[in-house]
Amino acid sequence: MERRAFYRNGTLPWLLIGPQLLLVLVFFYWPTSQALYWAFTLEQPWGGGNTWVGWDNFAAIFRDSEYWTVVGRSTFYATVTTLLSMAVALTLAVFADRALKGTKLFQSVYVWPYAIAAPAAGVAFRFIFAPESGLIGAINQMWPGIWNPAINGWQALGMVIVCHAWLGIGYNFIFFLAALQMIPRSLSEAGAMDGARPFRRMMDLQLPLIAPTVFFLLIMNLISSFTDSFGLIDTMTEGGPFGSTEVMVYKIYFDGFKGFDYSGAAAQSIVLMLLVIALTIIQFTWVEKRVHYH
Amino acid sequence: MSAISLSGVKKRYQKNNVVHGVDVEIEAGEFVVILGPSGCGKSTLLRMIAGLEDITEGEIAIGGKVVNKLEPRERGCAMVFQNYALYPHMSVRQNIGYALKVAGMPRAERDAKVLKVAKSVSLDPYLDRKPGELSGGQRQRVAMARAMVREPKVFLFDEPFSNLDAKLRVAMRAEVRNLHRSLGVTSVFVTHDQTEAMTLADRLIIMNAGVVEQVGKPSEVYHNPASLFVADFIGSPAMNLVRGFFGEDGYFRHGQGGMMHLPGLGQGLVSREVSLGVRPELVQRVAADAKGAMAAVVDYTEELGASRLIYATVDGSRLIAVDTSSDALGTGMPIHLSFAAVDAHVFDHNTGRRVDLGDANSAATRARINA
Ligand SMILES: Nc1ncnc2c1ncn2[C@@H]1O[C@H](COP(=O)(O)OP(=O)(O)O)[C@@H](O)[C@H]1O
Ligand SMILES: [Mg+2]
Repeated sequence: MERRAFYRNGTLPWLLIGPQLLLVLVFFYWPTSQALYWAFTLEQPWGGGNTWVGWDNFAAIFRDSEYWTVVGRSTFYATVTTLLSMAVALTLAVFADRALKGTKLFQSVYVWPYAIAAPAAGVAFRFIFAPESGLIGAINQMWPGIWNPAINGWQALGMVIVCHAWLGIGYNFIFFLAALQMIPRSLSEAGAMDGARPFRRMMDLQLPLIAPTVFFLLIMNLISSFTDSFGLIDTMTEGGPFGSTEVMVYKIYFDGFKGFDYSGAAAQSIVLMLLVIALTIIQFTWVEKRVHYH
Repeated sequence: MSAISLSGVKKRYQKNNVVHGVDVEIEAGEFVVILGPSGCGKSTLLRMIAGLEDITEGEIAIGGKVVNKLEPRERGCAMVFQNYALYPHMSVRQNIGYALKVAGMPRAERDAKVLKVAKSVSLDPYLDRKPGELSGGQRQRVAMARAMVREPKVFLFDEPFSNLDAKLRVAMRAEVRNLHRSLGVTSVFVTHDQTEAMTLADRLIIMNAGVVEQVGKPSEVYHNPASLFVADFIGSPAMNLVRGFFGEDGYFRHGQGGMMHLPGLGQGLVSREVSLGVRPELVQRVAADAKGAMAAVVDYTEELGASRLIYATVDGSRLIAVDTSSDALGTGMPIHLSFAAVDAHVFDHNTGRRVDLGDANSAATRARINA
């Protein structure tokens, strides 16, 4: 027999799910349907509504070599951000795992950055990285002009990547630490008795055992680095200098709201959405198959 | 093979003193068992030898070299953990060979060595399995093989058989014994199981609450316990311990007006609070008119097969006797018990330490230890 609570009143359930439903409709389905509409239509040059153009908008962005440069840059951005953030978080988590038994202090200290809004962090990092006055600016006093992200595109990209990676460290740290703490301590001790130094133990024993977590974080970080970079780039570089920090999300914003090419931007955002969906599918299929150790 | 020397070894966790100063010399090639109730600091002591815990105070030397500051890998010890601590993602072959791989031994040489060790513990058919696909006993063997493959100077075992069933435990015990006989490697084995300890040990280290109560051969510890704790802890059924004192007249007074005549025992002990100890197998059932017979009342009996235990009360004190007769014995039946004064041990009740009892008792004890 199915055990279920039924509401006698037909409107109460709708009232209860209403707010959530409204949010999802307004902030997800409505924009998505708008993006789909624009992606497959084109506004007529002299007014008079949109006309259906099929895949033309997609064909147009795929023909554009500049678009592929941005895709390449985004991939680079996402990969480096993910690896940097995860490597730092893992190292910190390994140290914390060795040092602490049960204290929650470190965990909360490290997770704070995750609670900082991207634009706020962007402003803070702009000060840190400012060539004239910031912390990094000090090296300009030794070698004048060596650091200037306002002119040097690679430096600007590196700066945003570091900031984005930093924001994710806390999130990654928590997951890594939780996974590491699940590994029986005696395993690492057996490794020590077998002669392995801490780094070797991390590579040979801990990392393989937290592989499911590593994979989960890999996907989550990639998705985040493809989609969440807008706030940072907008406050730190506005895509410059000379477009060298322009990644996929920023190009969507720029083409759409600065260039008023709604259809091109919409097509780009559909491409980005498909990319995220693909990563999510990979995540789910692998999570199903993930290895359990007893 | 290396001697291990512990001097003044202490361990403190924050404010918590766990090991209170241990001085023990372990000879090269010896098989030593650390025995004690759980929580007494056995594992902590073993882990300090291994290098897995810092030594708060004191010194540990292996093979004449102080190792306090050395990492586990520099100490030449191999350890078998209670839960085996096998690497779950590695095959049996990789588990056994990991230490060699870390040491940089070439693949071919390593595989040959792993195979040889695996054969010696009958694991060779399982080399490609993961630990999760093995039985408890097989996992235990992998843990042993992993320790053996490195040809360590010292073997450390932390309750390695506690997760095995009784039959397997006995079999593994014999295997460890054989292993030690053939390799002759100095071994320190931690357990709370006294049968395991007695059968394995060349020498026992008996610990209680972070203190070493006694160090000695199993027979020494059994027949000549150095403290009340050891007397009570070693032996099943436990030693009879009767609390009381010796009067001016030489009689031992206990329970509710009980008096025992134990010639030669009371000298110099008058009025001191003591506990008198006698092994149950040295308490006899005797006729009412026998010399030294004490009137007792049977409380209950426990059948052991070849013999039975009689739990009786003598003037308010409990005495257990081992009895091989087959008379019917029911609760409340009067019987008579006696034991020889030379078989008795006396412990100072306040210090808990043994009181030395002169020649007759030492001679009896020596005879039994050497038997
Ligand atoms: N890491 C630790 N931190 C604090 N106390 C500990 C720690 N490890 C062990 N202890 C304490 O030390 C005592 C001895 O532990 P242990 O050596 O494991 O005992 P045994 O192996 O004899 O059962 C116990 O009271 C235990 O609670
Ligand atoms: Mg223990």
